[in-house]
Amino acid sequence: MTDKINIEIDGRVCEAAPGEMIIAVADREGISIPRFCYHKKLSIAANCRMCLVEAEQGGRPFPKPVPACATPVGEGLKVWTRSPKAIEAQRATMEFLLINHPLDCPICDQGGECELQDVAMGYGGDVSRFSERKRVVLDEDLGPLIATDMTRCIHCTRCVRFCAEIAGVRELGATGRGEDMRIGTYIAHAVTHELAGNVIDLCPVGALTSKPYRFTARPWELTGRDSIAPHDGLGSNLRLHVRRGQVMRVHPNDNEAVNETWISDRDRFSYAGLNGADRLKAPMVKRDGEWHQVEWTEALTYVAERLKAADSADMGWLMAPNATLEELYLAARIARGLGCDNIDHRLRQQDFRADAADPLFPWLGRPVAELPRQKAILLIGSHIRQEQPLLAHRIRQAALDGAEVLCVNPLELELNHRSTQILSAPARMVSDLAAIAKALEARGSGVMADLIGASEPTAEHEAFAQALKQADGQGVVLLGALAEAHPDYSLFKALAGVIAEAAGIHLGYLPAAANSVGAHLAGAHPAILPGAHPAETPGLAVAAMLDKPLSTLVLWGLEPDRDLIDSTRAMSACEQAKFVVASSAFDSPSLRASADVLLPIGAFAETSGTFVNASGTWQSFQGAVAPPGEARPGWKVLRVLGNLLDLSGFEYRDTAEVREELAALCAEAAPDNTPRATQAVVGPTLTAESGLTRVGAVPCYSLDPLVRRAPALARMPGAEFAVRLHPDQAAELGLADGDCVRLIQGEAQAETHLFLDARVAVGAALIPAAVPGSEGLGAMMGPVGLERLSGRSAHGERG
Amino acid sequence: MSFRNAPLAVEHDVDKSELFKPEIREAIDAHIAKYPPEWKQSAVMPALSIVQDANGGWLTTELMDDVAAYLDMPAVSVYEVATFYGMYDLEPQGRHKVCVCNSISCMLNGSEELIEHVEHKYGVKVGETTADGRFTLKEVECLGACRDAPAVLLDKVYHEKLTPEALDKLIDGLE
Repeated sequence: MTDKINIEIDGRVCEAAPGEMIIAVADREGISIPRFCYHKKLSIAANCRMCLVEAEQGGRPFPKPVPACATPVGEGLKVWTRSPKAIEAQRATMEFLLINHPLDCPICDQGGECELQDVAMGYGGDVSRFSERKRVVLDEDLGPLIATDMTRCIHCTRCVRFCAEIAGVRELGATGRGEDMRIGTYIAHAVTHELAGNVIDLCPVGALTSKPYRFTARPWELTGRDSIAPHDGLGSNLRLHVRRGQVMRVHPNDNEAVNETWISDRDRFSYAGLNGADRLKAPMVKRDGEWHQVEWTEALTYVAERLKAADSADMGWLMAPNATLEELYLAARIARGLGCDNIDHRLRQQDFRADAADPLFPWLGRPVAELPRQKAILLIGSHIRQEQPLLAHRIRQAALDGAEVLCVNPLELELNHRSTQILSAPARMVSDLAAIAKALEARGSGVMADLIGASEPTAEHEAFAQALKQADGQGVVLLGALAEAHPDYSLFKALAGVIAEAAGIHLGYLPAAANSVGAHLAGAHPAILPGAHPAETPGLAVAAMLDKPLSTLVLWGLEPDRDLIDSTRAMSACEQAKFVVASSAFDSPSLRASADVLLPIGAFAETSGTFVNASGTWQSFQGAVAPPGEARPGWKVLRVLGNLLDLSGFEYRDTAEVREELAALCAEAAPDNTPRATQAVVGPTLTAESGLTRVGAVPCYSLDPLVRRAPALARMPGAEFAVRLHPDQAAELGLADGDCVRLIQGEAQAETHLFLDARVAVGAALIPAAVPGSEGLGAMMGPVGLERLSGRSAHGERG
Repeated sequence: MSFRNAPLAVEHDVDKSELFKPEIREAIDAHIAKYPPEWKQSAVMPALSIVQDANGGWLTTELMDDVAAYLDMPAVSVYEVATFYGMYDLEPQGRHKVCVCNSISCMLNGSEELIEHVEHKYGVKVGETTADGRFTLKEVECLGACRDAPAVLLDKVYHEKLTPEALDKLIDGLE
């Protein structure tokens, strides 16, 4: 922008950039102008006419009031927002808007926080002059998350613009004309975008409201509490609305560096899981196969005794990557205090061969807010919209700005922007990456040199290399959850590093969960001590813990049959262990089957703590509500346990003290993705001979125990347990669409239906993980056999 | 409605050479050629007219979807256009369309009498089709013929300064 200019609003001199709209300047100056259609993150529609103001430029008055949202400022502009002429225009607009708006505020969910209601208080008349019939509009079913009362709609089109501009799908539209205009999808269908819930916040009236929250509370009964989202690695800033010790709904808090003004539907609606029936409310101990409810003292004394008596080398701690920083740190301290280095949070990873070379403080590689400014983004093994809905939005912004978005994935993603995707079976991904590296004229060393040397780049790989080079340093290579679950993740990391280096761009990791980055700082990692210091003698990583059968296991905030890379192996490791203690906010059959002691801990919103997000930003939050029943915040449980184990320094008064202690240890730590050592990688485990490989993507709403328990999200499509194959692959195996098949992963088996899907790579079988039905299976990514049970007719019977 | 990143193009998973008959495609292509390639959505109105004419004067949702696919645009954008303009009909129509302008000039000059006359004489209300399927009576927004109001658009031909008798004659001439 060029030089600043001065304009005058209501007699106040304001600094503005030429071309800015009057309303943006007024908002910055704290001068309120009523509006409905204007939103700072959306394009300008200027269709509600509520922001009419009186203005003059260079001494020449505008002939009529002008919309403040669509009038750019210029030198010598004078604006009056409260002059008689402006107010007359605003009152007139208000009267027209109210003509068709029903007077149903007492039964409207928006009542009390409605922009129309507020503005009507200021500008509306007491009595309507309109005596004709009001318009009635039929509702559409927009799915399980958004409730509609379209008669209340004032046609601001914020929702339509949001869907088109931010979500990138034109699902909503304004059909009809004049009196008959209505907002809807025209042919009723559910709005399925993972950010769609934001239209609830955008709607200035009660036309679009939250379906799960509907009719449960009034805004004036709610207390707001700030929090941080506990699911993806972004750490969206939240406002929890609490009534009588219960989280009633979740709204976003603005933070330009993190979530701008949006949140994903996962962050918005997962709170419902807190109020479910299967919360763990009291400590439980299994004696002779029977569960008994016990007092905390008894449970913790028992756990301390067993942990003390256990062989620390034969003990393992599996920590959920969305546990708070404080919980992870205290757990790491206890484990190491007992002499046990077997602690890990990388629950959905199977290849740990690069542990000695891995960076100590891995992160996104670029700050979140920098993503839209990248010129090239290479996504490796990431179902980005499912994994990181709002980072996907940032990447989309980059793409709209001309960035090349490149993907190497075992399935073709439905991205709402231009992208180039290499569809690659899991067994072929390594060679595709090597080919891109070769096209960049990278050499690599050791096995890498062989891999790169042996590859034959095609035009596709050359194009990728070209795009990455042209980014001029403004690019990033991102590794996602499907890469992390891959049996050759260490090679992925090494090759991604080579590619990034050769192209002169950055390497980044998409964190698997809200605190994956923090877990490295807290030392919940077999090779990393608190403060992101390397451990001298690394302990066992997840894979080794599951394979070894350890005699003592501690599970923190996870369900062994859903949250680990291999449900069957996880369940069997728990079975073989002599003592399993599980701290969980939720009760579940798999925990009952695998654990000996269940300790109820507070879930998200019920504990204070800190998450470290993808950018490496520490974000702390307070508990908003008390945990149910006897459940206690996790850090308190660990504090008592530390004291019972006679470990020193467990006298923390609050999480702030824990955090400060860890922060002091982290004083030197800086996010850095450079490998610590040259990686001694070995060859790929998956090869062309491995045959069909399962791609166990975790659906958006199955990520962790909390989100799996949100009833409304469970009704969203995408989490059905089934197997999806490329039509050519199915034909090769002699299978047809709708066949009932048996899935075989070694000992592990499950039955399901087959669907043909050309978006899945040949050689890959898309079989979701962490969904009901997937418990009986093996590794999220690994060889899978398919056996035909019966044809389509059986499918029909099963519905 | 102005979108910041307009026009939003959507690729549909269909084979465009399967959509419509060759001559219809050719006619639409002639309109697409008038605009820059990234603005081919601008041809949506003529495309809808061509498709509607070929379908006996009305549009089905499937046809609108096909137009959306052909022009790489979101289906809902086509619905917005088709529901906004009076010349697109979304229900089966009579063999002819009698479109009486009912905007201000025509109204002052007797368009309401024209409508009443047709309604009584032929037993149809606005928006309805005669029992024999001969014509559909439509009330439309300003035809832009205010100088010679009241005006009626009969299929694609303007007729101006009409009296009920003159309109009768026109209707009698319809098949």
